[in-house]
Amino acid sequence: MDWKIFLEQAPSGGMTYLGWLWSGLFWTLAVSACAWVLAFTVGSVVGIARTTPLAWARALGTAYVELFRNIPLLVQMFLWYFVMPEVIPKAWGDWLKQDMPNLLTLPFAAQFSLWEFTAAVLCLGLYTASRVAEQVRSGIQSLPRGQVAAGLAMGLTLPQVYRHVTLPMAYRIVIPPMTSEFLTIFKNSSTALTIGVLELTAQSRQISEYTFKTFEAFTAATLIYIVITMTVILLMRTLERRVAVPGYIAQGGGH
Amino acid sequence: MGGEFDWTVIWKYREALWDGMLTSLKLFAIALAGGIFFGTLLALARLSSWKALSLPAAGFVNLIRAIPFIMAIFWFYFLTPMIVSKFTGQQGEAVGPFTSAVVAFIMVESAYYSEIIRAGIQSIPRGQPAAAYALGMTYWQSMGHIVLPQAFRNMLPVMLTQAVILFQDTSLVYVVALKDFLGAASKAGQLTGRIVELYLFVAVVFFILCFAASWGVKRLQARLAVAR
Repeated sequence: MDWKIFLEQAPSGGMTYLGWLWSGLFWTLAVSACAWVLAFTVGSVVGIARTTPLAWARALGTAYVELFRNIPLLVQMFLWYFVMPEVIPKAWGDWLKQDMPNLLTLPFAAQFSLWEFTAAVLCLGLYTASRVAEQVRSGIQSLPRGQVAAGLAMGLTLPQVYRHVTLPMAYRIVIPPMTSEFLTIFKNSSTALTIGVLELTAQSRQISEYTFKTFEAFTAATLIYIVITMTVILLMRTLERRVAVPGYIAQGGGH
Repeated sequence: MGGEFDWTVIWKYREALWDGMLTSLKLFAIALAGGIFFGTLLALARLSSWKALSLPAAGFVNLIRAIPFIMAIFWFYFLTPMIVSKFTGQQGEAVGPFTSAVVAFIMVESAYYSEIIRAGIQSIPRGQPAAAYALGMTYWQSMGHIVLPQAFRNMLPVMLTQAVILFQDTSLVYVVALKDFLGAASKAGQLTGRIVELYLFVAVVFFILCFAASWGVKRLQARLAVAR
């Protein structure tokens, strides 16, 4: 074991190997956070669409979920990164591949361009949206039918029922599964290394290749993943307790 | 590429693609069988009242579930040849990349399956193993004849859904340069410059297989729900 290796100067980036790990963590978190915003937004729209009385909205929502759930994430990554620029008009594709700014100027100097980052975010976000949509849908469908009926009977329109009755309840119920979806995005962000995003897993492999200290490099990355996972779980438990509807959600709502 | 496609490339590389698909299927079958077998053992260990058994099992499962699949593949890809050469005394390339990938997938899948199977075992009323013990059955008899058959039956849809996910996950061996279906397409793409056609073909094939399988699982789930 030689843990001092992380304090040695790395061959690029003007930092130590520890700096490489931090930079990797930064990009893992950046990709995960951006992809999560996309996944949550698109997933909510698709999930809600699947519960509406509109047949075409339900069909579109179902098609979305089936399409994104039945193609491996890695294949989707390649579709966004390699295939998409080739099938859109040539000028746009060239712009994506060549003219996107290089991320070298940003802090935590990265050796890839904004296009790699964008492709990773699009891929992870739209893939996870299909899973978020299922959670949102099952959250809405777990509510007693009487709630919607009561809302309509009080003279609310259907959008108003969703806004004031269904969604506030459903989103509280789905906090635990949403937490695991966020952790899934966080872990899946490592697939971005296949298109050149130097996130945490990629950096640990790079350190192992440069120093041959594979055990130390992998252990460090593994520990960082565990610490982040635990932190997210603790934060979400606190959130869950804070927004719990008294007397309604048994688990996690303890006082 | 200028917009015009050349789909003949798929026919030209049909043998390489088929070999890749066979590698994917082989990895899938071994990982599935191994994952369910060791997953069951892990679940039993976790539910054991013997702390020396339940704590390491829980630790292993939580560790694997906390790190990315790719990270786990890198770990076992690194560890397997080292451990094997320690035991056999052989140096260097005693273990090929396929074996390392198989070990990685079995380990990761057994952690995922153990959670499913544990939930299945816990869905069986406590009175049933108690009744089995009262009849004089041993632990393994009560597990093998009473608890596990029902647990597997209850968990069958979830286990099959996980199998579909596992089949998709086999594409991750791309990161250790093993030539599975995606790897074969990627290689052919590099040789011909026709990555668009090849990756689209891979996506369509995966979609058809996984969509059909998920549809089958849904039908089965509906049938089991009625039968219960």
